[in-house]
Amino acid sequence: MRVGIIGVGLTAFRPSTPEYSWKELMFEAASRAYADAGVDPRADVGSFVTCAEDYYEGFGIFDEFVPDQLGAALRPTCTVSGDGLQGLANAFMQIQTGLIEVAVVEAHSKISDVLTPIGIIEHGLDPIWNKPLGFHPYVVAGLEAAAYLRATHTPTKALDAVVSKTRRNALRNPIAAYGAAVDMDHVAASEARFEPLRSLDISGPADGAVVLVLASDRAARRLHANPVWIRGVGWASDSPSLETRDWAGATYARLAAGMAYRLAKVRRPSSEIDVAEVDDRFSYKELQHLEALGLAKSGEAGKAALRGAYAADGRLPVNISGGSLGCGNVFEATGLHRAAEVALQLRGDAGSRQIDGAKVGVAQAWRFVPSATGAVAVLGAGP
Amino acid sequence: MTARVAKWPGVELSAADLLEGKVTQTRFRPDAKYAWSAGEAISRFLEELQAGRLIARTCHRCERILFPPRMFCEECFRPTDAWTYIRDTGTIETYSVSYLDTDAKRISEPILVGVVSLDGASPKMGMMHYFGEMTKDEIRIGMRVRAVWRPAEERKGSVLDIRYFRPLREGER
Repeated sequence: MRVGIIGVGLTAFRPSTPEYSWKELMFEAASRAYADAGVDPRADVGSFVTCAEDYYEGFGIFDEFVPDQLGAALRPTCTVSGDGLQGLANAFMQIQTGLIEVAVVEAHSKISDVLTPIGIIEHGLDPIWNKPLGFHPYVVAGLEAAAYLRATHTPTKALDAVVSKTRRNALRNPIAAYGAAVDMDHVAASEARFEPLRSLDISGPADGAVVLVLASDRAARRLHANPVWIRGVGWASDSPSLETRDWAGATYARLAAGMAYRLAKVRRPSSEIDVAEVDDRFSYKELQHLEALGLAKSGEAGKAALRGAYAADGRLPVNISGGSLGCGNVFEATGLHRAAEVALQLRGDAGSRQIDGAKVGVAQAWRFVPSATGAVAVLGAGP
Repeated sequence: MTARVAKWPGVELSAADLLEGKVTQTRFRPDAKYAWSAGEAISRFLEELQAGRLIARTCHRCERILFPPRMFCEECFRPTDAWTYIRDTGTIETYSVSYLDTDAKRISEPILVGVVSLDGASPKMGMMHYFGEMTKDEIRIGMRVRAVWRPAEERKGSVLDIRYFRPLREGER
């Protein structure tokens, strides 16, 4: 059975949204998604999946607070404590069982409600091995960036190219929080943070909500929808321990992509994928993830980035949305945002940033510092 | 059964052993602070509370009066339509008598807590709160009650701007 995305809803991503509660943000994204899909959540939707981590929300048992603003009151709901793409995989499987015909996936960030976001991220470190050292959790990204750049002989200049390209892409995305005409020199000159990472290598926080409506092919036909097909999903985790994980290769992304490609019957991703949205919450992650996804050979992504291969007019447009560097770090909504962007590109609804003729796209996300977990979705244009 | 065991195997630990560092341990206090945006509906609700009023939102489709107010109707899944004040009197929907505090210590004077369905809102909509000026023997489901407000200068825009709900007196409505 095929499963498609029949509705996309996003709020604007902003550094802070003091005027709205997180529930009101979710209501806005959900309203947009249902209007896009032409569905009534009170009648047409069989299951609602939300993606959230209680520590980011600031209260326990997040799933209990969900139904009202999603149109899910008195309906089947569940929460995945993970990235939005993990929720997408969940909804995909629910439909595959035949039990559910139409499912909704939601993920959001209201990180501006968290006064101590770094404290929350630090809380993800091992309490006995790592926390007593008391380092800033983004050091973990610095460690990985250093290992990746060295193992692949990638020059730091390649990171400058990633940041400059992606922040500029965001200028064409009306929902992006951090679009800017940043030059490579600006990146190189920005303040040192976690060597080799500088301040412009790090995405800034943003609030926002994303809702997707998924349907079986039968339900999509009944609803006269124009689906973008979910051809494959995958997810995987490397060792959680900082002392034993693969620092250079993003193993979690390679394994997740392997699973998604197997389902999607993608054998040569570098020639079969037309557009990619990969997690770039730190600049080096874009390059590392492209290599892990088989979209560049190991050590080649940086050189390709310097040649402009990942620009809108390049060989493989990457993070045309503006990525996380340009749109903002929306935490657990990161992957769902990327799936939404790929869906819009494949539908031809990406406005002034539309890539011509894109038929197959990949969305990938990581669960952020200090995790070694990620998920991948391969999407294909209809019919 | 445990009374018949004279000595348990292993080493007994006292609180003092922990405090004196005789036990290997790691301490970490997460830096987890939040300031939630109350949003459009609850911000107005809290402002009105401070002014000594209870405000709700109406949904013109299902014709319900939603309290506490929200910008969306969860039944109809559409934006709500208008603000409307409701009364600070109501009916006890359910209650409990709490003999333990949050630390599970025995309370000498048990606390009366429960949910009040408020007059003017749709059925089964109201507030969870304390009850006062009544004993645990007098309280009952279905009892008519009224909010006892803090003096205006003490109100902060919090549910605690109401101190508790008391029984409606004879002749009051």
